[in-house]
Amino acid sequence: MHEMSIACSIADIAREQARAAGAGRVNTVEIEVGALAGVEVESLRFCWDAARSGPAAGAELVIHEIPGRGHCPGCDLECDVDFHVALCPRCEGGLRILRGRELRVRSLNVD
Amino acid sequence: MCDTCGCGQPADAVTYRKPGQEEPVHHGHAHDHHHDHDHDHDHDHGPGHRHDHDHDHDHGSRTLAVEQDVLQKNNLLAQRNRGWFEAKGILALNLVSSPGSGKTTLLERTICDLGAEVPLAVIEGDQQTTRDADRIAAAGAPVIQVNTGHGCHLDAAMVKRAVGELAPADRSLLLIENVGNLVCPALFDLGEAAKVVIISVTEGDDKPLKYPTMFAAGRLCLINKIDLLPYVDFDADRCERAARAVNPDLEFLRVSATTGEGLDAWYAWLRERLQESGGGVV
Ligand SMILES: Nc1nc2c(ncn2[C@@H]2O[C@H](COP(=O)(O)OP(=O)(O)O)[C@@H](O)[C@H]2O)c(=O)[nH]1
Ligand SMILES: [Mg+2]
Ligand SMILES: [Zn+2]
Repeated sequence: MHEMSIACSIADIAREQARAAGAGRVNTVEIEVGALAGVEVESLRFCWDAARSGPAAGAELVIHEIPGRGHCPGCDLECDVDFHVALCPRCEGGLRILRGRELRVRSLNVD
Repeated sequence: MCDTCGCGQPADAVTYRKPGQEEPVHHGHAHDHHHDHDHDHDHDHGPGHRHDHDHDHDHGSRTLAVEQDVLQKNNLLAQRNRGWFEAKGILALNLVSSPGSGKTTLLERTICDLGAEVPLAVIEGDQQTTRDADRIAAAGAPVIQVNTGHGCHLDAAMVKRAVGELAPADRSLLLIENVGNLVCPALFDLGEAAKVVIISVTEGDDKPLKYPTMFAAGRLCLINKIDLLPYVDFDADRCERAARAVNPDLEFLRVSATTGEGLDAWYAWLRERLQESGGGVV
């Protein structure tokens, strides 16, 4: 259940950033979670309720899910990557992942 | 529950202990955490059931751009560990698998067979008990047990602390047995040179498709317990195909940690990595 660790890290970042900006309260925390990041979005939402604290205690978590994209160096195809199965659908070569591994805090909305 | 910040478990839940030591070496984390989970909701749950939430977000609210990796703290610490390992010529490997795949058995055997050739030290990660560390100590290597409590993976801070206690020799091989779990350890860089994923033939050969993140993160996959292949329905070729679909660069070795079959290739792989890191005894 690493989603709890992840949720705690997000709460840390929200608290630190809010404090650094002299903000009183965090209203929303916007994050990006890639489809290949290894994080269960539903589980993360659940953990967020327990993890948010301090000025972010009432903050809503807004999750932007980033779909996986890959590029085949063999035949130059760019395509969707589902569930890490990184084989080129055209030539069966190995794909390089372009997008989908994101796990970032994008922004905060604060008072 | 949360070992990165310790917010779900008490600060002393993570312990560090060497075999033979009565008391854990260290308590807790260096993280500065504010356990202020005091949600100040002024709910008036009286008959009128008035909720005085003043959620007027448009009153002077503003947006702060953050653009920060969620795991940045762990990643930065991991990079510090990595730099420290490189400076000392230590080859650190992060061994990950489901519980029971044979990590500790493989370590015992490796200590036995390579111990005379290269200085070897072990960090044992488990939620509870020092059983694995006792086994490693009996095999003759310096070892420290990290008990993560409810934590389901080692993180870079734990490894930093453990390495401080263990003080592995320059140019040694540091083997880190992660908590038995194919999901969570994939996300937490410890500063290792490579992750070694171990799967045993008593597990399903479709495991790489079920746990793609871990197989994507690994450099080497050991297929262990091949002595049991005649008795189980496990197709090693199919397993490798499934894992290569996830990670085209993944290397494979088929071994038995109990009979020793295939272990020469594992030792050869270790020697190559040791050479790359400037480790090993000339
Ligand atoms: N038959 C067989 N059993 C093994 C092998 N490697 C480990 N085991 C057994 O598998 C069980 C779990 O091994 P252990 O090393 O504790 O697994 P860990 O949880 O990954 O550390 C033990 O009973 C070992 O004796 C192997 O290569 N062949
Ligand atoms: Mg073990
Ligand atoms: Zn292609």
